[in-house]
Amino acid sequence: MSEILLRVENIVKEFPGVKVLKGVSFELKKGEVLALVGENGAGKSTLMKILSGAYTKDSGKIYFEGEEVEINSPKKAQHLGISIIHQELNLCPHLSVAANIFLGREFSNKTILDEKRQNEEAKKILDLLGMDINPTEKVRNLTVSKQQMVEIAKAISANAKLLIMDEPTSSLSEKEIDELFRVIRDLKNKGTSIIYISHRLEELKKIVDTVAVMRDGEMVATFQYKDVTLDEIIRLMVGRKLEEKYPRITVERGEKILEVRNLTRKNVLKDISFELYKGEILGIAGLVGSGRTELARAIFGADRVDYGEILLHGRKVKINSPADAIESGIVYIPEDRKFSGLALGLSVISNIMMASVDKVCNPLGVINRARELEIGNKTVKDLRIKTPSLWQKVKNLSGGNQQKVIIGRWLVKQPRIFIFDEPTRGIDVGTKIEIYNILNRLKQKGIGIIVISSELPEILGVSDRILVMCEGRLKAELEAGKTNQEEIMYYATLYDEGRRIANA
Amino acid sequence: MHNAATKTKGLKSLVPRDAVQFLSTLSGLIILSAFFGLTSEKFLTVNNLLTVALQTAIIAIIAIGQTYVIITTGIDLSIGSNIAISGILASLLMINGYPILVAVTVGLLAGLIVGIINGLLVVYGDLPPFIVTLGTMSIVRGIGLVITGGIPISNLPEEFAYLGNGELLGIPVPVIIMAFLALVFGFILARTKLGRYTYAVGSNFEAARLSGINIPKTVVSIYAISGFLAACAGLILTARIVSGQPTAGMGYELDAVAASVIGGASLMGGEGTIVGTVVGAFVIGVLRNGLNLLNVSAFWQQIAIGVVIIGAVFFDRRKRKK
Repeated sequence: MSEILLRVENIVKEFPGVKVLKGVSFELKKGEVLALVGENGAGKSTLMKILSGAYTKDSGKIYFEGEEVEINSPKKAQHLGISIIHQELNLCPHLSVAANIFLGREFSNKTILDEKRQNEEAKKILDLLGMDINPTEKVRNLTVSKQQMVEIAKAISANAKLLIMDEPTSSLSEKEIDELFRVIRDLKNKGTSIIYISHRLEELKKIVDTVAVMRDGEMVATFQYKDVTLDEIIRLMVGRKLEEKYPRITVERGEKILEVRNLTRKNVLKDISFELYKGEILGIAGLVGSGRTELARAIFGADRVDYGEILLHGRKVKINSPADAIESGIVYIPEDRKFSGLALGLSVISNIMMASVDKVCNPLGVINRARELEIGNKTVKDLRIKTPSLWQKVKNLSGGNQQKVIIGRWLVKQPRIFIFDEPTRGIDVGTKIEIYNILNRLKQKGIGIIVISSELPEILGVSDRILVMCEGRLKAELEAGKTNQEEIMYYATLYDEGRRIANA
Repeated sequence: MHNAATKTKGLKSLVPRDAVQFLSTLSGLIILSAFFGLTSEKFLTVNNLLTVALQTAIIAIIAIGQTYVIITTGIDLSIGSNIAISGILASLLMINGYPILVAVTVGLLAGLIVGIINGLLVVYGDLPPFIVTLGTMSIVRGIGLVITGGIPISNLPEEFAYLGNGELLGIPVPVIIMAFLALVFGFILARTKLGRYTYAVGSNFEAARLSGINIPKTVVSIYAISGFLAACAGLILTARIVSGQPTAGMGYELDAVAASVIGGASLMGGEGTIVGTVVGAFVIGVLRNGLNLLNVSAFWQQIAIGVVIIGAVFFDRRKRKK
């Protein structure tokens, strides 16, 4: 138990303009489960990418099983026995479980694949891990949690001594999480070491030996989990008080601007009704899969609904497409800005103007360049978007600046209702505050704002009122000043059948 | 040292990548022309260069339309068949005594309609462009063969032949038409709403939809443009050979893809320009003409063009990775 498996010394990693890791050191014993916690942008994933060979370090040393190693490719990491399981799983959905487990290491006699042997070997590994999965089943027919198990089995079959798991529970149900934890404990008893990255601090206590806290590219503390309280961990992660992190202004709540009545979509949204007022930030909390994003997309007309009414200023409006919603003054910033928000290969100006080309066109559709540049420059200046020019491709900007480009796109439209889905996901701490300030500015202007977030401190920090969703239903309406994370969590896990997180 | 490196990088980022791309295609064309100029006395004569332009005009015209489609991550395989059908319909009308203007209008409309059908099937049928246009390629070619019974339509009026063989101020008419179309559609792509939407849809379909862009209208317009330009090329080709051939234009769609890609369009969408495409078409034209002058057989020319296509994209990707 006490033998050291991995020692990391003084790792430094710099990207153009940012020092992401400023000399990080830590140790991991055999059979130890270490939780790596920290805010987005603290450097956790960069560190893990270095350990798994996706990035190379600028300086520092890595010792694995007592020897200094250079991990310069994912293949090298795998060879050493380091496997990483990403949040987005890397499986071939059309292949069988066994084929996935042994991908690249197939059993064959001479040239022909030996499927029978492969299935048997897969079964052995799955049994060993206590996983009830049929090796001949196609991966796409499995639930997300089962797919994750397949990933773990794959790593173990490749003889992994160190397993890195990045937010493994973010899309799992309570029962599935218990199952995963059982497997993790099992692996630990067999001597596998695990680095476990999670934002869900409450769940750590079920599996973790050690906690390592990162902040702004530094390892600020490591300690035995039993010696520390949650509050202390949060304090170390944040490094400052909550009030400073979430600049807040008070604006008198104006008239009712939006009313949603009985919004329903089979199996996704169940009879949702709520109101939004001018100059108010309405937070929507809930776990992944609770229907938060689906609710936003339904209001925005991006997905169809089966039933329900939307009223703007007391008048019923028909919203069948995003174009309708935008026309009515409702805009939406999606959670996955790279996939559904930005045209990454196009310029900053193209992205800013994407929804407002009409504004700078003559009736023949010819764009007035000067007018367009004027709007572009103003937006870049107002939002302090850091870009060398308006012609820069958006994919070359940092996450925070990309997010500002989308915000800018909608500001040009002068909307009345602004829906933000995960407004600060993957954005560094400094830019986060800038985005909160933008929210405040919008609030002052009397715009109705909806913020969806899976980060509870963020929801608590920015919202005036909070709605909590679970399984497509609104479970509670809370006043931000009079509630806390525990209460939100309670409602967010208030499943219909009475399943609940034990410690909420 | 470090400072200098960041400085040049900063400078580079100020120049639009499209411009870098265009300059490298253009310098490729110049080097190629210089090579043929040195190896063949005839190449760099006004007469020969006009011939090159004439031979390139048809590919350039259809490649403009193909570029629009490629920017949206699509492909138009029906261009060759469209060339044939527009020529056939116009020829039929002319030999039956209809005025040339009517014949030309009907020919252009035919191409436009095929393009619109392609667009509608892509948008509302939710089908891959490759499949849709592979289907219409076969259907339209078949219709042309049925109408003509597989026999070319000849005896077209002299005035119509002017469209393909005439000259204006010493410049072949097809070249003038090409230049005009390139200017118009280059302007539309670079400076209008439709052009902007073309790039947006191709770069990120979902982002475009969530920005409220009218996707059906945009996509149908783009395929309509490609169909229309194919018809323009079809009429010019018919005029040049002074007959409506049911087998005309076979395989031309792939020349159009080649010209677009050499000119910097990306099949992954979101990238491509009309100037680039026209230069790309000229690369192919110059290569064919130059190799002819050097008495290289048509068989070897095919090989050379294949090498150029792969080479152009290869070097482009390498540059991009840096």
